[in-house]
Amino acid sequence: MSKIYYSPSHEYIRVEGTSGFVGITDYAQKQLGNVVYVDLPEVDDDVAAGEDFGAIESVKAASDLISPVTGKVEEVNEALVDEPGLINKDPMENWIIKVTIDDPAELDDLLDEAAYAGLCH
Amino acid sequence: MENEKRTCLYDKHVALGAQMSPFGGFVMPIQYKGIVEEHNAVRHGCGVFDVSHMGEVSVTGADAEKFVNHIFTNDVTAGPVGKCFYGMMLNPDGGVVDDLLVYKRDDDDFFLVINASNIEKDVAWIRSCADGYDVMVDNMSDCLGELAVQGPAAEEVMTGVLGLDCARLSFYTFMTLDIDGESVIVSRTGYTGEDGFEIYASPGMVNHMWDKLIESGKVEPCGLGCRDTLRFEVGLPLYGNELGDDISPLEAGLGIFVKLDKDEFIGKDAVMKLKEDGLRRKLVGIELLDRAIPRHGYEVLNVDGEPVGVVTTGYHAISVDKSVALALVDVAYSAIDTPLEVRIRRKTFPAKVVKKKFFKKSYKN
Repeated sequence: MSKIYYSPSHEYIRVEGTSGFVGITDYAQKQLGNVVYVDLPEVDDDVAAGEDFGAIESVKAASDLISPVTGKVEEVNEALVDEPGLINKDPMENWIIKVTIDDPAELDDLLDEAAYAGLCH
Repeated sequence: MENEKRTCLYDKHVALGAQMSPFGGFVMPIQYKGIVEEHNAVRHGCGVFDVSHMGEVSVTGADAEKFVNHIFTNDVTAGPVGKCFYGMMLNPDGGVVDDLLVYKRDDDDFFLVINASNIEKDVAWIRSCADGYDVMVDNMSDCLGELAVQGPAAEEVMTGVLGLDCARLSFYTFMTLDIDGESVIVSRTGYTGEDGFEIYASPGMVNHMWDKLIESGKVEPCGLGCRDTLRFEVGLPLYGNELGDDISPLEAGLGIFVKLDKDEFIGKDAVMKLKEDGLRRKLVGIELLDRAIPRHGYEVLNVDGEPVGVVTTGYHAISVDKSVALALVDVAYSAIDTPLEVRIRRKTFPAKVVKKKFFKKSYKN
């Protein structure tokens, strides 16, 4: 059973055990429009809660990707290298990185689905 | 967005669900369905843009022709009434005050189309140059709207949907029509690299034409997002990016619009001097070998990692599916195929100099 948390900067983290899949929300992909490039970190890179781990670019602008938690990159979604537009098709299915979660208490600082939905209105 | 002006089509954009954003002192539609869809509509069919934010200035009077030639780099005596001229107004140092289109309505009647972000500056500049000339300078920007109908199907749309017979207009010419007692200017011009037309009319007329175009289903409403991607791909400059107060038209590669054989114009001496001394910077095209996108303001480096220039505009270009940029670089690095690097966030990406026109224009003559 996975649980999904959201950040005010429009990333989500879907937690499975001690790891999480990080991506951008449906609201974020709609705001960005056509995604044309994802600047991915490398496996084993350290990430820190609240700091950028990469960037996502639409036709018109680049936006930083902010990690919701502190940890280490376990996997990156290589499919996005050749097909960044997958994020527009299904941002939840097409996560960007899988990270270890060093401190599960950091998840408490994030938003649940209802609170995040409130933010988007 | 409370401080920005609205064009006469503001309510229509909101009703169509456009993403609205500030640009040049106005709140403008950036996109409706999406930049890619709109871009492709203009390349392959027809799109309409609300460009009512653009400024219009009328210069009339006995000295109008002489005066326009004094402030403008192109030569308006070189063509007949009914012709449009592209060129720049320069400051005495040879930097660009603005780039503009001049419509020659008569020997004593000229119509200048200037950038939205420069309206106040330009009007003040034009007036400050008018001492000793018998001319009237009128800022018409608040009473005129403008539509750009662009794409290979534009002529068909102008005729079929708006009932305007534009077939007789050749590229860079215009006609003044009487429609319901109103004087409307239609030119075969644009900023997309495709065939197309620009229409200047009252807010009421612009609304009427916009509705007809959208209701026809034959024309895609297009925002400023794709206006920028379209003009960029064919190497057309944007003031504030490729042009500015401190950039010479020679550096921007626009020398053919600067007529040095004219007796005089403001900035001529500075341009002549720069030509004699030789350019130190030059606008070039750059192609990245990666999908990463070089954006406005990013640093351009030589292969030793030393800064040699700056990106003026960059995109993952839609029509050519490549990451490309226009960049102002040290002239030593401006030859085609010169290897360069672009700093994008924390990394640098290999690139090379290519031609500035990433996509071929297809105008009708």
